[in-house]
Amino acid sequence: MRDYAWSLRKNFQGAILAVPGKAIAFFFLLLLFFVPLITSDPYILGILIFANIYAIYGASWDFLSGFTGQVNFGHAVFFGVGAYTAGLLNLKLGLPPVASIPIGALVAVLAGLIVGIPALRLRGHYLALVTLAFPIMLTGIVLAFPDVTGGELGVSGISPLSDSRVVTYYIALIVMIASALIMWKLTDARSTFVRTGVILHAIREDEITARASGINTTKYKLLAFCISGFFAGIAGGLGAHYLRIAGPSNLTLFFSFQPIIWTIFGGIATIYGPITGVYILYPLMEILRVIPRFRMLIFAFILIFVLLFMPEGLTRWFRDKIEVECPRCKLTNVATRQYCRACHAPLHLEQRLEQS
Amino acid sequence: MVANILINGAITGGIYALLALGFSLIFGVAKIINLAHTAFYMVAAYFIFTFAHLLGLSAPLSAIVSIIITTAIGVGTYKLVIERIREHETTVLMITIALALVFQEAMLLAFGSHFRSAPSFVSGHVELLGVSVTIQHILTFGVVLACLFGIWMLLSKSKLGIAIRAVAQDREIANLVGINVNTICLITMALAVALAAVAGAMVAPIFVIQPHMWMHPLIMVLAVVVLGGLGSLKGSFAAAFILGYTETLVVFLLPMGSFIKAAVALAVMVAVLLIRPEGLFGVAFEEERL
Repeated sequence: MRDYAWSLRKNFQGAILAVPGKAIAFFFLLLLFFVPLITSDPYILGILIFANIYAIYGASWDFLSGFTGQVNFGHAVFFGVGAYTAGLLNLKLGLPPVASIPIGALVAVLAGLIVGIPALRLRGHYLALVTLAFPIMLTGIVLAFPDVTGGELGVSGISPLSDSRVVTYYIALIVMIASALIMWKLTDARSTFVRTGVILHAIREDEITARASGINTTKYKLLAFCISGFFAGIAGGLGAHYLRIAGPSNLTLFFSFQPIIWTIFGGIATIYGPITGVYILYPLMEILRVIPRFRMLIFAFILIFVLLFMPEGLTRWFRDKIEVECPRCKLTNVATRQYCRACHAPLHLEQRLEQS
Repeated sequence: MVANILINGAITGGIYALLALGFSLIFGVAKIINLAHTAFYMVAAYFIFTFAHLLGLSAPLSAIVSIIITTAIGVGTYKLVIERIREHETTVLMITIALALVFQEAMLLAFGSHFRSAPSFVSGHVELLGVSVTIQHILTFGVVLACLFGIWMLLSKSKLGIAIRAVAQDREIANLVGINVNTICLITMALAVALAAVAGAMVAPIFVIQPHMWMHPLIMVLAVVVLGGLGSLKGSFAAAFILGYTETLVVFLLPMGSFIKAAVALAVMVAVLLIRPEGLFGVAFEEERL
């Protein structure tokens, strides 16, 4: 037992504290747990609850489009299906959030299958532009049956996640961390435990080669759509129960572009990229509410400048600054180090030249 | 009713064809998916409104000036922004959508969210198939057809058109035979924006001008180019009229039609793609051709 605890501590030091990116992520998440102790301002907590919900939504887009390469322009359809299902189940059948959100997510998995089946036949730009159609078609259905869906006004009066905002905050935070960890593990290409990561990477890089190596790409592409739909559906259900309304605003073109914006801003194919993107851009949008007329304009300009100067995204740019990979043993080191912490190989080119 | 559907569908289809043609051109030549394409259409419509209403120029003159200015803006954004990140495909998508937002917000700041309209170029109407049609509508359709024909002639006959098609087919080989690829991309961008601006100028007198008017055409243009086959001009042309007529039929025949017109048109697109994944006139092995 003591040995186990000791190895856990060693692992923690070696795998998290010594890697600056992971250390920052760890302490940031730790900080998020203490936010309600610092402030109980409902406005700030509200922004952070939304940031958590949208972080799941953004990460689920990254899972599908960043890792698997199935660029989805209609991601709002999953969020919307999750939100509407959870809301309607709660209102018509009186199910509590504990039941309605998972069922909503399962219906979003079904939506993932429906969107995923055309995806098997299309690739690249075609797929991206076809997926754009799905939320718009769903909006058409929603507006065509106003008796069930409430038409333009949406379904309102959904019961809240919890009466206390602090409890709601912790629910959103824990669900976000759990979803992010699951998605991160599922996409970890170096993992020996789950193989999906390396398979999804292979499908993105070269689908024909992947198929030639005996991977059932059809199965894995559908799986990616389902998992992504599941998490976006959870985000949708949480959003509906938190806002207490599910409306067609969850299905707009701009709402489909939101996760793409967060992901590209933060860094694509990382999972933590979209989460960083949400935590920077969403509060920024709230701060910009003080100048409502210029809000979107400033937002668009920030986006353009970040994309022009860091086209790989913010987190990748930042990681390249603070981390350096050992050229010999591939271990990640702090950029300020001269020699690798494990194998003592010189890390930077100049030293290598000096040594020889 | 039938005549109404015929005429309205022809105009909607023509506008979509004009927009989709420019979108296809710049995609085919520079491999840029320009989501700000229809924003230029909106900008051109606003310039007409500005020149005609606020500065008191005559309608045709303000149309010409606005097309020139919009094209200049388009070339400027291409040079300043899009060209630098052309290799990163998803980044291009995001930056063009951000550009569209910039244009939308700029128009909101300058003109507010009121619905505006521009003066007609010509007045009066004629009887056609038993329906009275304003000459403005006929003029719009005529200009659309003339532009489509002009682009067709340019691409198939002129030296510039052959160079554009060469770059679209193979960038490297085009470069090797002495075509300045970057200049061709720039010219194509100017051409595409000019087409969008013409479409904007032509709809300004007959549609409502407002800052969000680029959204719906953008969705339809994307549907048109996918349905027709990405990069295929013939396909875009056919698909534009298919979707234009579908939309008009839905609006005229179904209750709540204007709410679900986009949904029905897109359902048609998805249905066609399930049968023919490469679009109506697309090439099956696109990767091999590019």
